[in-house]
Amino acid sequence: MKVLWLQSGGCGGCTQSLLCSEPRSLFDELRDAGIEFLWHPALSVDSGEEALTILEDCAEGRLAFDALCIEGAMLRGPNGTGKFHLMAGSGRPLTEWVTRLARHAKWVFAIGSCTAYGGFSANTPGNPLEACGLQFDEQTPGGLLGAGFQSSAGLPVINIAGCPTHPGWVVDTLEKAALEGVTTADLDEFGRPLLYAGELVHHGCARNEFYEFKASAEKQSDLGCLMENLGCKGTQAHADCNLRPWNGSGSCLRGGFACIACTEPGFESPGHAFQETPKLAGIPIGLPTDMPKAWFVALAALSKSATPKRVRNNAVEDHPVVMPAIRKKGGGK
Amino acid sequence: MSRIVVGPFNRVEGDLEVALDLDAGRIASAQVNSPLFRGFEQILVGRAPLDALAIVPRICGICSVAQSAAAADALADAMGLDATVNGKISRNLITATENLADHLTHFYLFFMPDFARPAYAGRPWYAAAARRFAAVKGEAAAEVLPARAGFLRLMGFLAGRWPHTLAIQPGGSTRAITAGERIRLLAQLREFRGFLEKRLFGDALAAVANLASKDQLLAWAAGRNGDFPAFLEAASDLGLDRLGRAYDSFLSYGAYGLFPAGTWQAGQGAAFDPVAIAEDTSRAWLATAQPRHPALGETIVDADKPDAYTWCKAPRYAGQSFEVGALARQVIAGHPLALDLVRRDGASVMARVVARLLELALVLPAMEAWVQALQPGEPFCAHGEMPDEATGAGLVEAARGSLGHWLSIRRGRIERYQIIAPTTWNFSPRDSEGQSGPLEQALVGLPAGEGAPPTVQHVVRSFDPCMVCTVH
Repeated sequence: MKVLWLQSGGCGGCTQSLLCSEPRSLFDELRDAGIEFLWHPALSVDSGEEALTILEDCAEGRLAFDALCIEGAMLRGPNGTGKFHLMAGSGRPLTEWVTRLARHAKWVFAIGSCTAYGGFSANTPGNPLEACGLQFDEQTPGGLLGAGFQSSAGLPVINIAGCPTHPGWVVDTLEKAALEGVTTADLDEFGRPLLYAGELVHHGCARNEFYEFKASAEKQSDLGCLMENLGCKGTQAHADCNLRPWNGSGSCLRGGFACIACTEPGFESPGHAFQETPKLAGIPIGLPTDMPKAWFVALAALSKSATPKRVRNNAVEDHPVVMPAIRKKGGGK
Repeated sequence: MSRIVVGPFNRVEGDLEVALDLDAGRIASAQVNSPLFRGFEQILVGRAPLDALAIVPRICGICSVAQSAAAADALADAMGLDATVNGKISRNLITATENLADHLTHFYLFFMPDFARPAYAGRPWYAAAARRFAAVKGEAAAEVLPARAGFLRLMGFLAGRWPHTLAIQPGGSTRAITAGERIRLLAQLREFRGFLEKRLFGDALAAVANLASKDQLLAWAAGRNGDFPAFLEAASDLGLDRLGRAYDSFLSYGAYGLFPAGTWQAGQGAAFDPVAIAEDTSRAWLATAQPRHPALGETIVDADKPDAYTWCKAPRYAGQSFEVGALARQVIAGHPLALDLVRRDGASVMARVVARLLELALVLPAMEAWVQALQPGEPFCAHGEMPDEATGAGLVEAARGSLGHWLSIRRGRIERYQIIAPTTWNFSPRDSEGQSGPLEQALVGLPAGEGAPPTVQHVVRSFDPCMVCTVH
């Protein structure tokens, strides 16, 4: 599978993240799966004219490629000109390049939430950059390529959302496409591959015991559950971050900070401060999406009343101050 | 006189175009264009102050925690808050991990593949360089990615993940390291040291750190098996120790408490005065005004402005172009090797690369000491109140050089947020006085155009530009 990769209104962090792919090195992993970069802006040797020739040949259908991977929001402004990003050396808007190239791609992959839904670029008040995703404008279908776009494999844009994306999400999705193809049954309604978006960040969270007992962190660096006070959206965010570790052993929750739901369209402007949980009458607004609110409140009250001292005390410290009790075999007493 | 436009200039972070006016095959004048606009300074206005911690890392996927650290410092300044001892150590570790990983990525993935270009097929070192450093397919790429991923496992412990963490807070870090995790951190550092000593240097880190002059450096490298010695051989052969000189004016905000803040110009060091910074917008597609200190800066788009040629502002220190980065840090810190290279031939492609790799040798042992200084059980984060009205500045060193954030808070919201990134200094356009930015100056006189060697490629990449930061 030949991959053509372009970057636009984004930070390049999805490529930097991809290079962290483990356990095998990214280049070995992809090569053995039959995947190669026809051109990648951060990795390929070809520069200037050499690179433009490759891109022009692809856009004209003279040079075959399979996958178009785009990293970064599509900047259509100012006034529809696309001048906020003219591709270097070409004088043409990147949006025009993407539109031309997408016609010849078997698969189109939006790498990261900017590319999928518009990202921070689309979140300046009034959106002066006229930024959007490839096929979404936040939650609304459309974007640069339009709601009806299908690549030659008959699929909409595949949105590997995340800010950044996990290397495993990209590698596994590309390999699935190369090995057995992708169908709409493999994607959720925001175009995200279910192989990672079929889970919630909450699944496998190391703070699970604190969540069970509603033993909440009160300030940054506390060990407790971050949902009640510190803005955590892990129970609503679609991703397997706590089942598929980041950088060996990490995740946002393991790093001690809230999930800000970076795989969700519109996460950039949550309507409240990122690190605070908005509440109504003392109850967090953003409860788990598929649980009746009254039940949640009743269960929370019950579990709070049953919280062990260890969990309650440790929740508001940055290191455990009460160790789990040790069960000893009878006989001594 | 003829003009050529070079772009897309790849193997840099982000998009870059360079316009060159040629006279008899040599560059008479250069214009550096950052062709992408991001608009982060506008995104931040009106947000809750601490939201900056979630927003600014997304300016850049390669300097992500440097952006976090600058924001955390600016917020701490506004709050009058001092981080805990553990918090400061943790932050040093997180920023050093990113900075060293960036130096490694730059050397192996961005910079060295140019020596595998067929244009160099006749050189004595070519066959070995092509085998080892070819883009994506070279031997070194296969080795460096596992080493880099392994080193970045430090981030899994210290920051949750990389890039884009919220672990760095004004009062320290959200992630307390346990006694057991300290052992894992040390093991990970040891593994990375092994890669550097075996593959990159072919010698102990201390031996590299102690090199005190260009003569010592070249004598040390001669016949040595390692990627840094291989670079020195090719760079010496191509004269890259004498190419790429800009103004030899250097600036550093100081890093980790190891390398001091300061300036260096005309062979003399001086104290750094943050008041002397101003940004000029005369040749950017931004509204023109008198150059302003970033605490009072504005970013107002003027996309059709005549005579403008980039989205990058022109920061100046005391009205002059300054170069930032590892070489600047090491010259200002008085490292004898960096000073000798600059005193002999000025800032060059070789000097910039040497300074970056020298930092790998200098900072990794410091990281080992920092991990040992962590005190599990002591607090990692201090807490304070965010005032409704305040100003703050955060000045840090990213891998690529000096990064500054300036913010003001009014009625509990961000009223103004201005950023000057390292490459904004290095790749700045001309200012209202007609003074070129450092790269524009460094390109003058180099061969370019039809049939020219890839010298321009080396000079541009020697700055390790980060364009996505530049045009925040």
